[in-house]
Amino acid sequence: MELSSVTTPLDVATIEKLRAGDKVLLSGTIYTARDAAHKRFVDTLEAGKELPVDIRGQVIYYCGPSPASPGRVIGAAGPTTSGRMDAFAPRLLSLGLKGMIGKGKRSQAVKDAIVRHKAVYFGATGGAGALLSRAVVSYEIVAYEDLGPEAVARLVVKELPLFVINDVYGNDLYEMGMSKYRR
Amino acid sequence: MRDIHVDEISAVIERLFIDANYDLPEDVVRRFNEALIQEKSPVGKEVLQELLLNAEIAKDERIPICQDTGLAITFLEMGQDAHVVGGTLDDAVSEGVRRAYKKGYLRKSVCDPFTRKNTGDNTPPILHVSVVPGERIRIVVMPKGGGSENYSEVRMLVPSDGVEGVKRFVVEMVGKAGANPCPPITVGVGIGGNFETSALLSKEALMLPFGARNVDPFLKELELSILADINALGIGPEGYGGTVTALDVHIKVQPCHIASLPVAVNIQCHAHRIKEATI
Repeated sequence: MELSSVTTPLDVATIEKLRAGDKVLLSGTIYTARDAAHKRFVDTLEAGKELPVDIRGQVIYYCGPSPASPGRVIGAAGPTTSGRMDAFAPRLLSLGLKGMIGKGKRSQAVKDAIVRHKAVYFGATGGAGALLSRAVVSYEIVAYEDLGPEAVARLVVKELPLFVINDVYGNDLYEMGMSKYRR
Repeated sequence: MRDIHVDEISAVIERLFIDANYDLPEDVVRRFNEALIQEKSPVGKEVLQELLLNAEIAKDERIPICQDTGLAITFLEMGQDAHVVGGTLDDAVSEGVRRAYKKGYLRKSVCDPFTRKNTGDNTPPILHVSVVPGERIRIVVMPKGGGSENYSEVRMLVPSDGVEGVKRFVVEMVGKAGANPCPPITVGVGIGGNFETSALLSKEALMLPFGARNVDPFLKELELSILADINALGIGPEGYGGTVTALDVHIKVQPCHIASLPVAVNIQCHAHRIKEATI
């Protein structure tokens, strides 16, 4: 298990160094978007319009945080299940999205798109929302405020603890891990 | 007959949902520590350590354990000699949920199934009421996230599927869920009754304490054997591979129709948030 510090935006050279199973501390700007925001992204593209954020080189965190209590930047901020975004992810990857953070397995179409477009899928520990919130330095809603917890927000994170799940070489930590411990 | 005012019920519901979301029960923390010893994968151990640290941060800093602060599942045992005054029981529970999710800075995760428009206050709660002897009200709350609930299912098996069919179904469901419901999970299995009863039994099974085994030796053996089969899948903590995929398996059984074998599997994530109080 390699431990590396990675900063956004992501470039191909950085992405090519990452291998499924590596632990990564991610710093820089990332964007939150989950179910309803993804639907709107694709509807916007279908209508021939521009996305509300420039996703080239960026990382999307599948996260709908709980509200911040007074004095905090953000509430609990763990990942949601990524599979529900599978229908939308290949399109975003083809437009230059370089990273996704979530939990749970991706479809073969997403894994293929990760290889084809040289991107990476990170896992954040699901249900560790209190711990993960500590890495969030700032939180600002940038689109779809009406969606409440599902609004698109720009986060600045410092050393967000992640594992590489799907790399550009077609490796999948879930498959590797499971086959090693299956009896 | 004892009068219980709705304000008291709302206040208790409010406190229970906030506490449940901030403060992981002692027995869950204990079970995480045991799992840390049992787990063979180094990555799995690291995840379990993160979960222990997460529970500590949530408790100390009073923030939710997980951002998915769940549907407000409420089991309410109503003493038949208790009398609710000042309003209706349903409204009292909803009001408590409304206040908890606002005052506790909990995420509102309830929406219309089609328009997906958020109801804005995490109501309606999922309320199950049963009538019991006495003049008290016992309330158990279990805020439960969507990720684990999505991997739950009721299947109407046929009697000839038997015990092997039940085992196969439960293990198949856990395998299919993989990393998605945030393992290490707890599995509630409801067997018998009919379609809806089996689902309710599986939810009630989740409310049993860790390590609580059926008194019936056959069911006790079945719980342990399903747990062993699940942990042999290799899914591990967060699905990164490992030997602890489930923390426990609980089974609840009720007689069923001669033509049927209803089985429900309800999966709970590692953040097994549950609190209770008696009024």
